[in-house]
Amino acid sequence: MLVVENLSVNYGAIRALHQVSCRVDQGEIVALIGANGAGKTTILNTISSIVPSIGGTVLFEGEDITRVQPHLIVRKGICQVPEGRRVFARMSVQENLEMGGFILTSKQEISQGIERAFTLFPRLAERRKQAARTLSGGEQQMLAMGRALMSNPRLLLLDEPSMGLAPMLVEKIFEIVVEINKTGTTIMLVEQNASMALSIAHRAYVLETGEVVLSGDATELSENPEVRKAYLGE
Amino acid sequence: MFQNMLNSIDPYSMQILVNIGIGIILALGLNIITGLTGQLSLGHAAFMSVGAFAGALLTIKTGVPFYINILLSGLITAVVAAAIGWPILRLTGDYLAICTLGFAEIVKVVFLNLEITNKALGLTVPTPDTSLPMPLIVLIVVCLTIIASAFIQNSRFGRALKAIRDDEIAAESMGINIARYKVQSFAVSAFMAGTGGCLYAHFLGYINPSDFGFLKSIDMLSMVVLGGLGSIPGTIFGASILSAAPEFLRFMSQYRMLVYGALLVFMMVFRPNGLMGGIDFTSFVLRKLGVKPRGVSRSKEVQ
Repeated sequence: MLVVENLSVNYGAIRALHQVSCRVDQGEIVALIGANGAGKTTILNTISSIVPSIGGTVLFEGEDITRVQPHLIVRKGICQVPEGRRVFARMSVQENLEMGGFILTSKQEISQGIERAFTLFPRLAERRKQAARTLSGGEQQMLAMGRALMSNPRLLLLDEPSMGLAPMLVEKIFEIVVEINKTGTTIMLVEQNASMALSIAHRAYVLETGEVVLSGDATELSENPEVRKAYLGE
Repeated sequence: MFQNMLNSIDPYSMQILVNIGIGIILALGLNIITGLTGQLSLGHAAFMSVGAFAGALLTIKTGVPFYINILLSGLITAVVAAAIGWPILRLTGDYLAICTLGFAEIVKVVFLNLEITNKALGLTVPTPDTSLPMPLIVLIVVCLTIIASAFIQNSRFGRALKAIRDDEIAAESMGINIARYKVQSFAVSAFMAGTGGCLYAHFLGYINPSDFGFLKSIDMLSMVVLGGLGSIPGTIFGASILSAAPEFLRFMSQYRMLVYGALLVFMMVFRPNGLMGGIDFTSFVLRKLGVKPRGVSRSKEVQ
């Protein structure tokens, strides 16, 4: 579904990604794990065209989307839940969701999408009229995910959904990620919380200083002694 | 009937009222780019200036009907804004503010040196030949501007602008073409400033490029900030107070700027969102009138 080939990205003189290749197949959850500054977020941002690449290609469903403008990516069927949630702080929960459906043309589709988001996150329905900035971190994460799902993406890019959340909420969020995946949305997940990510992912890539150092089946990776030592705290 | 009503107001009060009206038009214009889209413009007086000179020259050189003149001045200003906005709206925050400031100075200097704008002498604008009295025309334009602002704020376009204000990257990944929406809102904003400028020129009868300097831009910004960025009733309120204030504070002569400053400082401390910022005006009024009791609408929608 998504094929990333030899992707390289520079931030000024600093190399952020060096010839990274990875792929995501239809229906999968693929996790990218690694330390701070390994380039996990950069991969997602490059797929979304927020960050320009200097080499390599991104193919989505066979189409080259490497040079597609960032606002057109969502129309291709990819939506990113950015790091740090980035909800529209001064807009209400409802308005945030409406913005998520910005590319939808029919009012009916938008209200159906909102209903779907409220079924998935009943908490958001209670807070419908509240400004997004008054929500708790977990609720904002739910809103960011609900907002991204509004455009009916076939591929959902999740950047650090567990960031700054209480352990119980992290589990809740991950349960919902699995639920979203089961309804047919393919997911690419960037996560610091490696054990959580590996527990729900089908496959995973391990990044170190802008390069893929390991990849494979998530259960196999979580048994790999090096991974256990470096990322699972053993 | 209107004529009678207008005649019953003495010329001095009328002058203040028209100033308030023009202030409201200008402030509502600025509110679109700064309040809704969140892009700080420190050079909005330049657009007022473009509109004023465009309007004055149209009257002097072509003599088009005044109503068409108002529209044309707005359109010319919008085109200028789009042309300048395309390159500079890629900048954000302080950089954009400085750029708009520089642009305003350029406009001023250009108009001060052009033959057609009569250089530093300024232009004397003949009173337009209209069936309606000037104050009434201003009132109509004010109403149209308020309606347009309210319409924009609640439209898909307006929501996209608010999304850009709150988070550009998130807005972009929702499929909003940021560059295009910013330029469009800049143009709409300038259109309003242009019509305001045109009315100003014809009401006053004389314009000088130096009238549209940095202080004028700051005046406009203060109106929006005082009332509450992004709030239409707030902006109207702020524009009314600050347009009338110089007259009421006349007895203090040069000290009145002190009051201005103090007012803004106090407001920033006690109501940082503006006097009317953060108040949902429509539901507030409806509630006060007893039409929509508190809480009902919400529980109904949640079910």
